[in-house]
Amino acid sequence: MTSLRYVLERLLHALPVLLGVTIFVFFAIQLVPGDPIRIMMHGRISDQEVQAIYERLGMNRPLLIQYVDFLRKAATGDLGTSIIQNAPVTTLILEKFWPSIWLLASGAVISVLLALPLASISAFYRNRWADHLIRVAGMVGFAMPPFWIGLLLILGFGLWLGWFPIAGYGQDTAGHLHHMFLPGLTIALFLAPILVQSLRTSMLDVLAADYIEVARAKGLSEWRILLKHVLRNAAIPAITVLAVNIGWLVSGAVIVEYVFSLPGMGSLLVRSVGFRDYPVIQGLSLVFAVIVIVVNLLADLSYMLVDRRVLKA
Amino acid sequence: MARWQASATGPALLAVCDLVVEFRGKQGNVIANDHLSLDILPGETLGIVGESGSGKSVLCRAILRLLPSPPAFVRATSVMFDGRDLMRLDDAEMRRVRGQDIAMIFQNPMSSLNPVWPIGDQVAEPLRLHKGMARGEARAATIALLRRVGIPSPEKRIDDYPYQWSGGMMQRAVIAMALAGAPRLMLADEPTTALDVTIQDQILALLLELQRESAMALVLVSHDMGVIAETCDRIVVMYAGRIVELASTPQIFEAPAHPYTLGLLRSIPRLDARKPRLSSIPGQPPDLAQLGIGCAFADRCSLATPECRAARVELRSVGPGHASACLYPDRVAALAMAET
Amino acid sequence: MASALPTARNGLFATIGAEIRSWSPTLKIGTAIMGIILFGAVFAPWVAPYDPYFQNFAATLQPPGPAHLFGTDNLGRDIFSRVLYGARIDLQIGLITTYVPMSYGMLLGAYSGYIGGRVDAVVMRILDTAMAFPFLVLIIVILAILGPGVQNIYISVFLVAWTMYARLARAEMMVERTKDYITAARVLGFPTNRIILRHGLPNVINSSIVFSMSDFVLNILLVSGLSFLGLGIQPPIPEWGAMISEGKDFILQAWWISTMPGFVVVLTGTALSLIGDGLAQRLGERHHTLV
Repeated sequence: MTSLRYVLERLLHALPVLLGVTIFVFFAIQLVPGDPIRIMMHGRISDQEVQAIYERLGMNRPLLIQYVDFLRKAATGDLGTSIIQNAPVTTLILEKFWPSIWLLASGAVISVLLALPLASISAFYRNRWADHLIRVAGMVGFAMPPFWIGLLLILGFGLWLGWFPIAGYGQDTAGHLHHMFLPGLTIALFLAPILVQSLRTSMLDVLAADYIEVARAKGLSEWRILLKHVLRNAAIPAITVLAVNIGWLVSGAVIVEYVFSLPGMGSLLVRSVGFRDYPVIQGLSLVFAVIVIVVNLLADLSYMLVDRRVLKA
Repeated sequence: MARWQASATGPALLAVCDLVVEFRGKQGNVIANDHLSLDILPGETLGIVGESGSGKSVLCRAILRLLPSPPAFVRATSVMFDGRDLMRLDDAEMRRVRGQDIAMIFQNPMSSLNPVWPIGDQVAEPLRLHKGMARGEARAATIALLRRVGIPSPEKRIDDYPYQWSGGMMQRAVIAMALAGAPRLMLADEPTTALDVTIQDQILALLLELQRESAMALVLVSHDMGVIAETCDRIVVMYAGRIVELASTPQIFEAPAHPYTLGLLRSIPRLDARKPRLSSIPGQPPDLAQLGIGCAFADRCSLATPECRAARVELRSVGPGHASACLYPDRVAALAMAET
Repeated sequence: MASALPTARNGLFATIGAEIRSWSPTLKIGTAIMGIILFGAVFAPWVAPYDPYFQNFAATLQPPGPAHLFGTDNLGRDIFSRVLYGARIDLQIGLITTYVPMSYGMLLGAYSGYIGGRVDAVVMRILDTAMAFPFLVLIIVILAILGPGVQNIYISVFLVAWTMYARLARAEMMVERTKDYITAARVLGFPTNRIILRHGLPNVINSSIVFSMSDFVLNILLVSGLSFLGLGIQPPIPEWGAMISEGKDFILQAWWISTMPGFVVVLTGTALSLIGDGLAQRLGERHHTLV
């Protein structure tokens, strides 16, 4: 199998999922009990005005036609209009897009930077005290509510020590990094234990493999074995674990944005739910799902670089 | 402890003296190598034969200090290689010995190569590391090595990944990797067991040919007495972590001095035999955690007497270069005579 | 068990004693902590020193001390008492949101994995789609449609959480299906339902039980997180997440209002994880990751 064919195959695999996502996102809103326009406007609207909005948004047409229309528009980047904020949904989301991406990236990076050495130590010193310590610490970290640990980090590093800003997003790249450290760390404290647990298992598998003993018999040092023969082999499960858990990363980010008052998509989602701004909720859930799908696709593609075996089948 | 030397011709390349390997676990301790002593001569082919669990592979790994501790605890009076005691080398010195002086190849070629790196890269690793070769130089040397082990058009295959090769080809690559450091001793732990029967002979022939070319000593570990008998100058028979017999190949065939050896000889299929005598040894290999003080083979032995179980049976000389750990070597020899 | 035992009661105690002695340290410690928390929750009316709703304006923002173990909040309510009553709410919601979806998710996954074919393809599409949404986002979207509140949290979790168990059971069942004992049952002409329920499911269930401990933790975090966002349990009900949320405006003057309920969440979650770890060792499962 060639690399190109592998890429196309992966893309093709993502299509039905994308279709399922749009079906859910479109039809879920139809399930709102009562009249969504009236709910959104909190009753401060006359019958004629409701009728006019229906006409304008094309909501009096058959559902299937509306869905196809939704798909067609979504494909061109048009996610409808927020009646409450009187602005295109795409514009509203785009304003909040990059802060969220920064947060997701810093959360993922800090998680991996924490998880990789901890999982290595845990696997190398299996069932010794360092391993037990890391595993129990992982259970404690996993049990910590992100919003709670976020508050404590704000209190400790933000208010008492004053090392990091406690809210906002910063102006330039350095500012973003500075602002994103505490929120990213908050996500990592929840996500890293999940990564450590599965990385440890896959590293144990790699360490038990014959080629590790062969490498020792070749006279390689333990460091070289770790860097050359363990890490690359463990990278595949690491990528998988990170990709599979992207949903938890995003979930954590939604709460963390709220705690740290970050102007991101998670904050927008929570606020839109408060206003019952359905077009925005619809658009955001679609964007979040697409992020997950894209990350999984990128993971699939990165396997190709790390392990040529995926081209075998 | 007595030392057993095959002949008086020069000093041994490797001299193991009183090696003990113990595995300590929650379920109890197991002595996997029980006071082993043996010499390996320069350029010879030594066969180590025994059932699985008899300690053959553990011996090879103990010599190269590859056993993880815990659970393995290794001690020895000395393991002399070329005037140096391997047991007393520091880790960096030991790594140089592993890459250059003593090489080892393992049972399963399919899992001996790291699936995520090109084969050539892995073969070149010892060259780059121990010989300090530059990338281009190492590549040329790797191609030469792969050609030497019989890989056709190696310059085209050097960048292949392991999944693209067959088991037999991978074992050739593993052998090339072991040859890279130009070792004087190669330990081959069941090198053909995982391969198809037709490939087995090719790999054995390759090993012997390479050995002749380079005058290195070869230790061939196998559970198959037939393979060992065909290829080796001398044979060490192991049972339950101990050496039970040690002799030259002709001696083993003409005058086996241990009943377990006799059992192994009976298990070799022979085309020239008048009647089929293929047989297996009755009973099961013993549980190493439950060994008594006497001969471990006594429970499966037709010649066993109460004395066999009463005290440890030491390896004793029964002829020039021939030692046995049986109290009744003459009776074994008589039994063997009666059968032929 | 020896027949010489004097009474059945003794026998039972001896059996339980032997069982507990065979547990791993993680299982023992986790069970002990969980036992204490459960005791506090069940007997909250007797254990709690104060009424969880009683507002004592003479004793607002009191730091932890002998009179108020965990201190008091801005309305003078005793945080320790509120945490005890909160355990009733959080554990109950956690239990229901974990084990109701587990029951039908596991069944569906087992059937789908066993039958295969078109049924399995449809189930797989649904699972793939559900997995494409971040769990919390999906719950929030459904809550946005249904409106906040405990009832709707149940409904939204029931709609979503089964997918994780279905995926787990499906994967295990596809492995089990090829094993000899299932083939034997098929050859004997057992009906499909019987094979799945009597032969397949008992072998599939272990991984779900181990995973359910992590899921329990996640669900407690979910409920408290939703309350923190204002989408879950509404004040003044003493729910842990809502309490942490209430304290966040006083974090500088009175750190304990948010911190103390958080500690109890961490303690509960750690205890559940310890039990999960112990069960994983005991049931001979590889420790399942949290997906």
